[in-house]
Amino acid sequence: MELVSPGIGLIFWMTLAFGLLLFILGKFVWPPIMRALSEREQAIELALHEADKARKEMEDLRFSNEQLLREAKEERDGILRDARKVRESIIEESKVKATEEANRILENATERIHFEKMAAITDLKNQIANLSIEIAEKILRQELSDPEKDKAIVRKSISDITLN
Amino acid sequence: MRTFLLSISFLLTSLWAVSNAPSHEEPQPAQQETTTSHEEKFNAGHMIIDHIVDSHDWHIATFGHTHITIPLPIILFDEGKLIVFSSAKFHHGEDSYKGYKIESDRKAGKGKIVKVIPGTMETDKTAARPLDFSITKTVVGIIISFIVLLLVFFPVARAYKRNAGHAPKGMQSLLEPVILFIRDDIAEPSIGKHYKRFMPFLLTLFFFIFFSNLIGLFPFFPGGANVTGNIAVTLVLAAFTFIITTFIGNRSYWLHIFNPPGVPWWLKFPLPLLPLIELAGVFIKPFVLMVRLFANITAGHIIVLGFVSLIFIFANMNPALGYGVSPVSVLFSVFISLLELLVAFIQAYVFTMLSALYFGMATEDHGHEHAHEASH
Repeated sequence: MELVSPGIGLIFWMTLAFGLLLFILGKFVWPPIMRALSEREQAIELALHEADKARKEMEDLRFSNEQLLREAKEERDGILRDARKVRESIIEESKVKATEEANRILENATERIHFEKMAAITDLKNQIANLSIEIAEKILRQELSDPEKDKAIVRKSISDITLN
Repeated sequence: MRTFLLSISFLLTSLWAVSNAPSHEEPQPAQQETTTSHEEKFNAGHMIIDHIVDSHDWHIATFGHTHITIPLPIILFDEGKLIVFSSAKFHHGEDSYKGYKIESDRKAGKGKIVKVIPGTMETDKTAARPLDFSITKTVVGIIISFIVLLLVFFPVARAYKRNAGHAPKGMQSLLEPVILFIRDDIAEPSIGKHYKRFMPFLLTLFFFIFFSNLIGLFPFFPGGANVTGNIAVTLVLAAFTFIITTFIGNRSYWLHIFNPPGVPWWLKFPLPLLPLIELAGVFIKPFVLMVRLFANITAGHIIVLGFVSLIFIFANMNPALGYGVSPVSVLFSVFISLLELLVAFIQAYVFTMLSALYFGMATEDHGHEHAHEASH
């Protein structure tokens, strides 16, 4: 019977001890443990969430990177195309300009040549005139008999000189 | 805190050391009586019961005629007076002191403290028994469990504070799965979302039972006190569960008891058959909790002691037979002890689990009824 008859003393001490244990552990031990556990769980959950978000962001970033790259490529192509166009136009333009310049130079040269030639002709005419006069003088010195006749000869000989 | 706890454990050990001294110099007549009682025929049943029930001193070993025991304080309330003395004064139940003795007659309640007829060793059958508040072996066992729990869990709690945000280490990582198990597999599924306020009780309950069971399996001091195999201890534990359940019970809980929904009216009126059964259930639940833990742990101890007793039973017939049986007995004892390790955990789990279930029932919301009807 001793085995199954609870004693009052033991009930008293057990109630006291267990109550005290419940109080001490419930006040100083379980709250920090439970708090730390739930805090850690939250931290892990947060970290997982963050990682997920980071992955998504990475994905977005990669996508936008690709977009950027594509745009850059397009732009490069555009620039190249433009450059080619510009180059061609520049070449074209310079060709035109060069031709014009060449023509102008040629024209100038022709004009100058013409001008020089006229000058030379004038000069020549003058010299011929002088020479003719000298010749005439010489002739005159020889044939002072008839100056009129001489003059006629001179005139004739001058007009005989056809220039060009 | 650690030094404080250490000093307590040191105090206990020194108490043990001091208390050994007087037991060595026992008076002559007492020793002779002890000798004669030891020569009586070995009775396995008596030996086992004596080992399982509470006692007023902590017997550690007997060498020849010398008992090594820790005498424990006797605290009595008798006729409004407080009487305190050491159980060493009884000289292992052979002497009376201040008019009290430890009853030795099995039929009259062996081990209880009774009054004697003055001048004799006869039990005074007419006198009322004194109220016994002694620090018995089981009380010391409870205190040891108490100290062990504090020694284990204060460093763990500190580790959680110091180690916040990091992986658990050492003792912390050993106990964390158990704590999580109680939280995630016992409390939360049984109680629901308001489980948090019951966690301190459930954790304390689980670890007290588990540690006491384990300490009880250890055969020498400071283990071996049959704490959870004592009905008073399990009574108190079950009473805690019962009181909490009764106080937190909401309207729906009591409605389910006194007017269970979803049953035919004739089960409730004119004879309130079902309410009576339900009401009985309120008391039967903690009663079963009490008996289950007590019976399981006691049974384990009885089986282990039974196998050990086999050696002495056979040795009484023939010493050679005793030696022959001993290996088998020891092997079986070891096997049962290993089984008891499992039982120590399972019983702590079951007690905690059922307590949590009762709390869950008591705090359940009305939403339960719909789920209940839907399942029909």
